[in-house]
Amino acid sequence: MDAYTILQQAISGVATGGIYASVALAVVMIYRAIDHFNFAQGEMAMFSTYIAWSLMHAGLPYWWAFILTLAISFLGGVLIERVIFRPIHDAPVLSHVVVFIGLLAIFNSAAGFIWDYTIKPFPSPFASGGLFGSTLISLHKAGMIAVTLVVLGLVYAFFRFTEVGLAMRAAAQNPESARLVGVRVEWMTALGWGMAAAIGAVAGMMIAHDVYLEPNMMIGVLLYGFAGAIVGGVDSPGGAVFGGFLVGIIENLVGLVPFVGSELKLTVALVLIVGVLMVRPSGIFGTRVVRRV
Amino acid sequence: MTVGAGPQAVIPPKPVRPPSGLAVAGISLRAWRRFWLVLGIVVALTLPLFAGSFTTFQLTQAAIYAIAILGLNLLTGFNGQFSLGHSAFYAIGAYTAAIMMDQWEIAYYWTLPAAGLICLVVGFLFGLPALRLEGLYLALATFALAVATPQILKFSPLEEWTGGVQGIFILKPDAPPGLPLDQDQWLYYFTLAVTAVLFVCARSLVRSRTGRAIMAIRDNPIAARSMGINTALYKSLTFGVSALYTGVAGALGAIVVQFVAPDSFTFLLAVTFLVGLVIGGVGSIPGSLAGGLFVLFLPNLAEQISKGLAWGVYGVILILLIYVMPSGAAGLVRLVTMRLAKPSG
Amino acid sequence: MSRPLLEVENLTAGYGQTRVLHGLGFDLGEGEIATILGANGAGKTTTLRALCGMVRREGDIRFDGRPIGGLSTEEVVRRGIAHVPEGRGTFVRLTVEENLRLAAITRKDRSEVAADFERVYDYFPRLRERRRQQAGTLSGGEQQMLAIGRALMLRPRLMLLDEPSFGLAPMIVQDIFGILRTINSEDRVSMLLVEQNASLALDLANRAYVLETGRLVLSGPAAKIREDDSVRRSYLGY
Repeated sequence: MDAYTILQQAISGVATGGIYASVALAVVMIYRAIDHFNFAQGEMAMFSTYIAWSLMHAGLPYWWAFILTLAISFLGGVLIERVIFRPIHDAPVLSHVVVFIGLLAIFNSAAGFIWDYTIKPFPSPFASGGLFGSTLISLHKAGMIAVTLVVLGLVYAFFRFTEVGLAMRAAAQNPESARLVGVRVEWMTALGWGMAAAIGAVAGMMIAHDVYLEPNMMIGVLLYGFAGAIVGGVDSPGGAVFGGFLVGIIENLVGLVPFVGSELKLTVALVLIVGVLMVRPSGIFGTRVVRRV
Repeated sequence: MTVGAGPQAVIPPKPVRPPSGLAVAGISLRAWRRFWLVLGIVVALTLPLFAGSFTTFQLTQAAIYAIAILGLNLLTGFNGQFSLGHSAFYAIGAYTAAIMMDQWEIAYYWTLPAAGLICLVVGFLFGLPALRLEGLYLALATFALAVATPQILKFSPLEEWTGGVQGIFILKPDAPPGLPLDQDQWLYYFTLAVTAVLFVCARSLVRSRTGRAIMAIRDNPIAARSMGINTALYKSLTFGVSALYTGVAGALGAIVVQFVAPDSFTFLLAVTFLVGLVIGGVGSIPGSLAGGLFVLFLPNLAEQISKGLAWGVYGVILILLIYVMPSGAAGLVRLVTMRLAKPSG
Repeated sequence: MSRPLLEVENLTAGYGQTRVLHGLGFDLGEGEIATILGANGAGKTTTLRALCGMVRREGDIRFDGRPIGGLSTEEVVRRGIAHVPEGRGTFVRLTVEENLRLAAITRKDRSEVAADFERVYDYFPRLRERRRQQAGTLSGGEQQMLAIGRALMLRPRLMLLDEPSFGLAPMIVQDIFGILRTINSEDRVSMLLVEQNASLALDLANRAYVLETGRLVLSGPAAKIREDDSVRRSYLGY
């Protein structure tokens, strides 16, 4: 095994990591918005991608379908929050987890039912071929990384510099205090869900070109995205993206280790991730909340 | 002497039980509880006589899931440590039983204590590093465990033991000679007995000083520590005991299903346990029984409603159940009882 | 005779099955400072929370002549009432500056916001020093200042303060109460103050109410209440 192979795998890992990073970003967005993890994130993204596919099959050009899908996903996210989660917002956390599991099952099953289980190709908005003609990384993957970084930038700016972003963070962290400064907490939560659904849709549409569109396409990816978000630090969008890339690299490099091969790739990668957590229990860039007792 | 708590440790006193002067329809709550218990026992004991072979088999599985869920309950419900990895312990128990019965021809009943012991140790060892992690992060670590398990079970170098992807087949044990029961019925009663013993033990544990220390850690770890409770030891021990329960369930599962294979023990199983825990009632021991019944029969019900959308229907049912009983079946029972109860006399 | 800023009639409120307030009635005039005294559990905090819609309540509550008894907390706040709660309500993961910025979000008069920031920092120089620090790392006194600063950024007409002296060193409490007096006189903010420290409260306030198990047992000008025998014995210690 030479340095070139390692480098190649590492870069390939960055490329795959782009996928995980966009999923991780969506995961962290909603965590920021509602202080909860959305386990159904992946399935919602998959469903959005199918909607985009249908729109394109109905004749809509790529970017129109893209934008329309974002809008539909946003509305869908808001609707889910209002209809499904608002009524149980007092329930214990674990009950919420079960509702997420239920949502996951519904989306997965519905997608298979409506669009069947055959694998469908999904177009890329970027030209085909390698980046600068090289074989190291395809134009699509490079484009995907670029899109992820752009979305990250927008999200970061949103939370840091806009008032709505600040209000959303406050509403998620401490709803009662947020009300006391006049923040309409319900609206913020719904908005957060909408945004997270839209970001998930972006991730899904980017990923589908590489892994092909089918109802289970997000399941493997979500795990790594989830792991990336946690490793990077669940309350840091930048950390999540970094974590996503890191996980991609780890996954690819781990596959090179002779004993491990592809059988145990997932396991070893996860073990390494857990190892990172042992050293930094709140993730690499996560903020440790100082609790004064 | 309570392990892990020095002589100065202040363990919370017995919780206040609802005033024993409450009654529903003129009958005291205590009497009601006894009534339900007796009724339950009678029904459980006589069921195989009416139910067919397959239903008996299903009920046996429900009881096994109930034990596994009770294991998870001890860790998550009573000690506040979140686990998405209990499918791993279930698998360890199952494979222990399978290997013992298939390769060493040991009788099935010895596999239970063996599985329990092995899982106790593994659980405790896992619980030690897990002390550093909380909530979401612990979830990921246990999830990693759940995902790793089928992969490790399929791992080629271990095939000689695990049977690789094909798994291991076991022979179903016969009822002891002299009893007029067929194999399914005997396994049902055997499982029932094990379930009863484990549930009674769990109840005693929860009501003991140790149990209150465990719950204190869940409710306020900082306060618990400042009262002299050795949280690290208790948390790891609870992990071990929790794994023990689920491991015994796994062994029983292997015996009853007569087959173990890596793909039966994916993280989906861990999710199933979690669902059962919540629907039955987190922190409620009888709730785990309800949970076991739910997770066994709900998927069947969903499939009957719609074959093509089976998972979707399952998801809808789950969400509806949470609406109706956000704190699980146990929570609903508590609510109804409090509404109906009036001071007696 | 102008209308009182806040009129409360027959206010009942409680938690779950328990009723804590039984038919409370009182007024607060524009520019006034009133204090509610009482022992622990008398219902003082519940009164403030009831005004803000944070607990289930019934009764007639009018602010500036308009009823607010059916409004949600955030709507009540948007009408001009700022509540500085028990426990300060600090957003521990946000910075000091973000805590203050947050309160300015609902303001319609954006041009005044920058000036208000300066005013808050002038009142509380410590906050200016620590503006980029995470609010959770502030001391108790500083968090109290931040809570009052946040309330000020709302440009309220009425400030509800729940035990502002709680857990603070006497010198800091003096500072804070001095600033409250200034805010009242210069910014014309009316105040309703719940306090355990009766002496301090009666010094600051114009009017006083004494609550006992959810009922008003005494009311009047602060100076008179201070002289009252039962108050002296129960709350002033002499």
